This record gives sequence, C-alpha cells and structure tokens, in this order.
Amino acid sequence: MLTEEERRDIEREILQNERKRAAAVEVLKIVQKHRGWVSDEIHDLAGILEMTPAELDAVATFYSLIFRKPVGKHVILVCDSVSCWVMGYEKILDQLTSRLGIGLNETSADGQFTLLPVACLGACDRAPAMMIDEMLYTYLTPEKIDGILEKYR
Amino acid sequence: MERPLTGNMKPDRQPLTLKEYEEVGGYQAVHKALRMAPPDIVDAVKNSNLRGRGGAGFPTGIKWSFMPMGSDVPRPKYLICNADEMEPGTFKDRLLLEGNPHQLLEGMIVSAYALNVDIAYIFLRWEYRLAAERIERAIAEAYENYYLGKNILRSDYSLELRLHVSAGRYICGEETALLNALEGKRAIPRAKPPHPQVSGLWGKPTIVNNTETLCNIPHIITKGVEWYKGLSHTKDGGTKIYGMSGKVKRPGAWELPMGTSMKELLEVHAGGMKEGYQFRGILPGGASTDFLVEEHLDVPMDYDSVQKAGSRMGTGQMIVLDHKTCPVGMALNLERFFARESCGLCTPCREGLPWIAMILQAIEEGEGQPGDVEILEQQCRLLGPGNTFCALAPGAVEPLQSALKYFREDFERGISGRRNARGKRAHDNSWRRFTLTTNPTK
Repeated sequence: MLTEEERRDIEREILQNERKRAAAVEVLKIVQKHRGWVSDEIHDLAGILEMTPAELDAVATFYSLIFRKPVGKHVILVCDSVSCWVMGYEKILDQLTSRLGIGLNETSADGQFTLLPVACLGACDRAPAMMIDEMLYTYLTPEKIDGILEKYR
Repeated sequence: MERPLTGNMKPDRQPLTLKEYEEVGGYQAVHKALRMAPPDIVDAVKNSNLRGRGGAGFPTGIKWSFMPMGSDVPRPKYLICNADEMEPGTFKDRLLLEGNPHQLLEGMIVSAYALNVDIAYIFLRWEYRLAAERIERAIAEAYENYYLGKNILRSDYSLELRLHVSAGRYICGEETALLNALEGKRAIPRAKPPHPQVSGLWGKPTIVNNTETLCNIPHIITKGVEWYKGLSHTKDGGTKIYGMSGKVKRPGAWELPMGTSMKELLEVHAGGMKEGYQFRGILPGGASTDFLVEEHLDVPMDYDSVQKAGSRMGTGQMIVLDHKTCPVGMALNLERFFARESCGLCTPCREGLPWIAMILQAIEEGEGQPGDVEILEQQCRLLGPGNTFCALAPGAVEPLQSALKYFREDFERGISGRRNARGKRAHDNSWRRFTLTTNPTK
C-alpha cells in the first residue's frame, strides 16, 4: 500500500506531465526515495499511471537507477568507463571491495552500502570518479577511499 | 581568441544568475530573434555551418529544415535538448550545464521560436545532480523574467520548458530511445523512418539537439553568421569544446577554434604526456570512435578531416592510450561497457557484444584460441552499420576494429597461452566480479 505522503507526491508529479504515463520514471523515483527501492507496490502505481503492472515493471527493470530489489542505505556508483579505467579504476574497486567486504553488485552485511558500476560519470578529467548517493567524488586514490567511506558509517 | 560558449563562465564554476548573464550580453538573442521571421533564423543556422555536437555531426540547419512548418501541422511541436551525456570519455555538456545554464535556455528559446515549437524539454541524466539543481533554478528565473511562459517578452510567442531527469542507461542518449524514455517507456530505439522531425514525441513533430549544439545558437543570432564562421579554422562553423583524458599532464576541456589539431590539443593544452608515459594511440571523440595513432596527430579536429583519417570526431572528447596501458584491456573495457548498455532489442547487438567481450577476456588472460582474432574481425563486420536498429553496435565496434588494425600484435600475443603486452598480464582478475547480463538490483 502506498502511504498518504507517497500518494500526494505522486499525484503532484503526474499533474506536471502531459500524459500520465510520462510520469512513470519520476513516480518510481518518488517511491524509491521513500523506501530505498521499488517494492511490489508497483501494482498500485500502475493503476494511477493508467498502465498495466507489466508495462510499469518493464520500465522499472529497464532503468539502472531504479532498484527493484532492496539496496543498502547508501548506494555507491563507481565509474568503470574507459577514462577511469585507464586512470586506476581497478585499484579503487579493489579498495572498495576489500573495505566493504563485498563485490560489485552486492550489499554489505550491515545493510549500509550497495556497490554498483555506472556508465561514465562525465568527470574524466578528474578520474577516477564515483558517486555515493548524490555526491560526486573525484581524483580518487585507494588512500582516499577509507576517509570517504567513514563519512557514511 | 574568442570563446563564446565558455568565455563568460566564472573561474570558480559557479553558474551565472540571469542578471549576471544579461550583463555579459545574455538573452540578447531572444530579444533579437523575436523581431526576426522564424525562417530567417533557420537560414542563419544553416549558413553558419553549425554541425551537431552530440557526435554524429549532422548539419543543424538541415535537421531543422525537416521540421514541418505552417498553421496546419500537428500540435504541439517539441524541441528536446539531449543532455544525457554518457559517452565514455565525454564531459563537455556537464561544463555547459553547470557553468551557464542560462546560455542553454537562451539557445533553446531561440531555437524553439525558429521552429515554432510549443513545448521544450531538457533530458538530463540523473547523475548530473549539480546540473539538475542549477537548471531548475535557471528555468524558474527565466519564467519570472518573461523569457519563458505565455507571450515571451510581450510577443505573440509562448513556450513551456521543462526538465526531465532520467534514471540511467546509455541508450537513452539515442535520439529515438530518448523519446520513448520521455513517454515513460523502456528506452529502446524506434524504427526510422518516420524521423522524429515528422513523428517524434507522442507522434508529433520533434527536434532533438545536443546541449553544446543549442548553446551555439544565441551567439550565431547575436553576432552573425560571418563572425561565427570566422571562429573556425575549417569550413565547419564555430568553436568546439575539446577534451582530453588519460595519462596526460593536464586533463581537461577547452573551447578552441573548430579544426584545432590533435597535436596542439595534446602538447599545448593537455601539456603533453605524463612523466614516464609515451603516446600510443587516441580515441578522438569518445568511446565509440576508431583509434588513431601517432601519424594522425597533425589531423585537424573537424568532422571531415577526422573521417578522412579513418575515425570520427564524435564528441571531440579524446581518450589517450599510453604505452603502459594494454590495448587489449582497453578494448575489453570498452566492449564490456557496450555489452552492458545494449538495450537488448536487436539480436546482433544483444548477442554479439557479450561474445566479443568474452573473447577479449580470454585473449586478455593469455588464453585466446587460434582464430579468435578473425572471429573478432568478423563480428566487427556483422555489428557494423546497416545490421542493427541503432548506432550503438556500429559505434561499439569502431574502437575494436581499429585496435585490431593498429595493435594487432598485442591481440595475437594473447592467443594459445602466449602472454600479452610486456610479457605479463596488465590487469588482475577483477573482471570476474562482473556479470554482463544480470543486474542483481532487479
């Protein structure tokens, strides 16, 4: 069941769109903002958007930043594209995985972090780069990783 | 040297407010355009030789001329700014979006007026958080100051402009996939024809232009076609925001005359190679362009010259391959990216790219089989232009086909247990943590 607050945010969002279904991605983001991920409430949402649940689930599972399964409290998006790779992405990834005790596409046991790869973050002149939640981190070195992670613990 | 797109930006990269932008001549193009006839603006853009900065380099004025005009065409008509910058190695639109969002809005308002557009969208990737915040603020300011909304500056022209923030996937940057994304669908490319100009968003006439392209428009209108053409070293008009990343001394982006040579970009603007690194090759315009090598460094960076050299100017954002980085590993990184980002709609792309990545993995590990290089070459042909729905797969094989040509020995060294570049593996086994097809957050 959607909460009152979610329903209100969703209805406000839909009004800003030319057609209901155009709000689909934004509506999924609203649910994700409240719950961290998009659970099977997708069935309620579909009706509001005048879509079938299958249509909305097809959208939800297409976009990489809509999560259809639970993720950690913080989502780390580590750029694995070519400039970051040339500039030492693998060392950054090794540091992240050893500090968090998880591999790419996994969530730490304490539920704090999920580690995901992301397409080029457009920070190639400041590579390697990653995002944690909405914050961009650049000029990464393995040494810097510990201090950054500390801020989120 | 004039830098119309970036010259007014603040050194601390804080965005210009509307008032600050007006003080440096901003929004003059809107005032001027509203007194012009729309076809005259389209003609000016045509004559300016502005070519699309998103990567394909299609002449903007020609694209615009396909937009149906007149009172009996379907409504509403749309203009969309493609700000879904995700081409690996490319970071020019971020600079424009964060540094001066009003310049983009001005470009969009002038373009929308010229094309008789009713509703405009900025399609932005989610990860550009700072840009999203600054664009929102700029849009609000523009509405407050009557540059947007009903009867812009008391003229008969009205325009609504909205920001759409996406949710990931490289394919959203493909023009027709972007339209599906805006309609709340999976971002899979559409069949063409019909082209978006005729049947685009919600089946209505639509023009999609790249951020940098639209940022050029106000300057063409304010300062004129001749001035604009004079900015360039070649027949393509204007300046270009070039960028360079990799093991160079000063990676960065610079607005320079169109047609600046790769050598000048590398040696002067990027400060040359980093201490201890030698130049080996370069992707001239993002991940989906063919490698060029030392003999090409004198090539001017404009659309036709780079094409003649066997590659594409693409986004004009260069990625340097140094002698300590393994070209097989680099090709593997690129192909793994494209395999992951394929939308899965058409078979050659969905099946071919993971196959390519698997073979490259084996070669990278020194475990390639005899015939693997030939299979890769065959795949490059099968995934080339004409065999797939959109340009993702043809773009994906460009760096591979050229890597096979220029760095063939590195690939052959990975066949039948022979070791690869410099006698050892360049990388650890971290690829094993990758899954190409399964995203466990689904």
